[in-house]
Amino acid sequence: MASHPNTAAGIEQIPIFEAEVGVPKRQRRWLRALWRDKKAVTGLIILLLMIMAAIFAPLITPHDPSDMAYGFLEAPSLSHPFGTDDLGRDLFARIIYGARISLMVGLTTVSIALIAGVLMGLVAGYYGGWVDNLIMRYIDLQWAFPNFIIAVYLVAVFGAGLSNVIVAVTLAFLDDFARITRGMVLSIREQEFIVAARSIGVKDQRLLLRHILPNAMAPVIVLATVTVSYAILAEAGLSFLGLGVKPTTPTWGLILSDARTFFSRAWWLALFPGLAIMLTVLSLNFFGDALRDILDVKEYK
Amino acid sequence: MTRYIVKRILYAFVVIWAVATLVFFMLRIVPGDPIGAMLAEVDPTVAEAVRAKLGLDRPMYIQYLFWMRNILQGDFGNSIYGSRVPVSQIILEAIPRTLSLATLAFVISFSLALVAGVISAVKKYSALDHSLTFAAFLGISMPDFWLGILLIIIFSVNLQWLPAIGYEPLSKGFWPWFSHLILPALAAGLPFSAVITRITRSAMLEVLQADYIKVARAKGLRERGVIARHAIQNALIPIVTVMGIALALLISGAVVVENVFAIKGLGRVLIQGILNRDFPVVQGAILIVSVIFVFTNLAVDILYTVIDPRIRYEE
Repeated sequence: MASHPNTAAGIEQIPIFEAEVGVPKRQRRWLRALWRDKKAVTGLIILLLMIMAAIFAPLITPHDPSDMAYGFLEAPSLSHPFGTDDLGRDLFARIIYGARISLMVGLTTVSIALIAGVLMGLVAGYYGGWVDNLIMRYIDLQWAFPNFIIAVYLVAVFGAGLSNVIVAVTLAFLDDFARITRGMVLSIREQEFIVAARSIGVKDQRLLLRHILPNAMAPVIVLATVTVSYAILAEAGLSFLGLGVKPTTPTWGLILSDARTFFSRAWWLALFPGLAIMLTVLSLNFFGDALRDILDVKEYK
Repeated sequence: MTRYIVKRILYAFVVIWAVATLVFFMLRIVPGDPIGAMLAEVDPTVAEAVRAKLGLDRPMYIQYLFWMRNILQGDFGNSIYGSRVPVSQIILEAIPRTLSLATLAFVISFSLALVAGVISAVKKYSALDHSLTFAAFLGISMPDFWLGILLIIIFSVNLQWLPAIGYEPLSKGFWPWFSHLILPALAAGLPFSAVITRITRSAMLEVLQADYIKVARAKGLRERGVIARHAIQNALIPIVTVMGIALALLISGAVVVENVFAIKGLGRVLIQGILNRDFPVVQGAILIVSVIFVFTNLAVDILYTVIDPRIRYEE
């Protein structure tokens, strides 16, 4: 990067200590690698388009997703590019608005699961003892079910509805973050720079947050990317099974659930919402896979 | 190694006990009890009588002990709907359906994945490798229930080759059984297949770099022999390590896909139970799904120690 010593921005970037000023070198390198990776860029572009579509839905389609104003089960046409559903609603509008629920659930659940899971993993791995034991037993218990089944069961206990779906999906994936962080902490804890930091009297909290956490983040970031895709699939699956959001809400899973009644007459009802899910999840997987290569994280471990 | 295996088996039972305990208490800490929901309109004295009959008026720990004793005897209570069929009977009818579906899905998707993964690795960076990799990405990204719907539209509605819904037991002949299960098995096995394809490819690539492969080639073995005899066997170890994760996908897949194809297996029983708020059924089904999952994982762990004799579990 060219430096302009006379401008304020330039002065800020004169390195005093490499790691504390601007973007650290290592980070810049993997950002550049990400930018060069075709898969990562493709994934990112599709994802950004989806997010834009979700945010600016009213500007993209003139139709209201719950407006039952059109013919029933009309095939795709110029005025209804994805056709209409059995109640005469515009399918394109329903899918664009459906992106809001999908992305919101995916991002919210993973953010909460990430923060809570990482904290649990840090505490368990660093302090050990009974805290570690307790957290490990909790992880073992979740290990007794596939993640999606945990979400199904929690929705059965709490009842359906958007907020319960978010709680259920968050809890379903929480243990993965705790397990992976704990493993990283255990291996970092014994390394020399940690021992050195401790010997000069760095306190636990600072040690955990400034020294251990940054070094444990790579696999967590990869896991988070992939988990967003699993969370989106889980929400779609719950909605599809009738365990998700209110039946009137436009979501991809619910549209697919309705599509089952009209198999032979309305292929568009079955095709487009599925494509929307697949594209979103695919872009996340592309991005996650590229991250995995660049951050050099071992596959599936 | 025997000690390790015995320990793992005991631990599996402890986990299942914990799951059973959790299942018991989870449904009781949420407000509103099933009898209240069931008898909301009936007069309160009848509701009291039913509660007493089911033991719901006793202290929690007594209820818990009864529940533990009962499930150990295979008694999961009765469905609260219709003719109040015992849950154990519903589950016993459902298990063969789910196991049929899961086994067929496993066999098909595992063989497809092995072949695809090996080809991908041997023909590294070829057009074939790229298309297989892309297919694997699609496989992880496609919702299984959507694939199920697409398969029904293509093979049942349009081509009319295969039945769209239902289940026939194997005792009625292979074809009726197979024709009902092949589409759901493909749908349920897809993500599993994709994961195994990816890991097979990377495991094979790693193995093909090894010295003993060079030696095998140097001593004049044909390439086919090198791949089949030396490479695949060693690549199996990492494949087995991800099997637990992949099986989770397969089992959730079966649970969801049964609902698409109206197969009355555990998944359909579970979801119908939830939709009907039929708690005894939900408890029984979730517990059995967990038992199946814990024991398949245990089997994977044991298999792992058997195929790789270098592994020693000291702890």
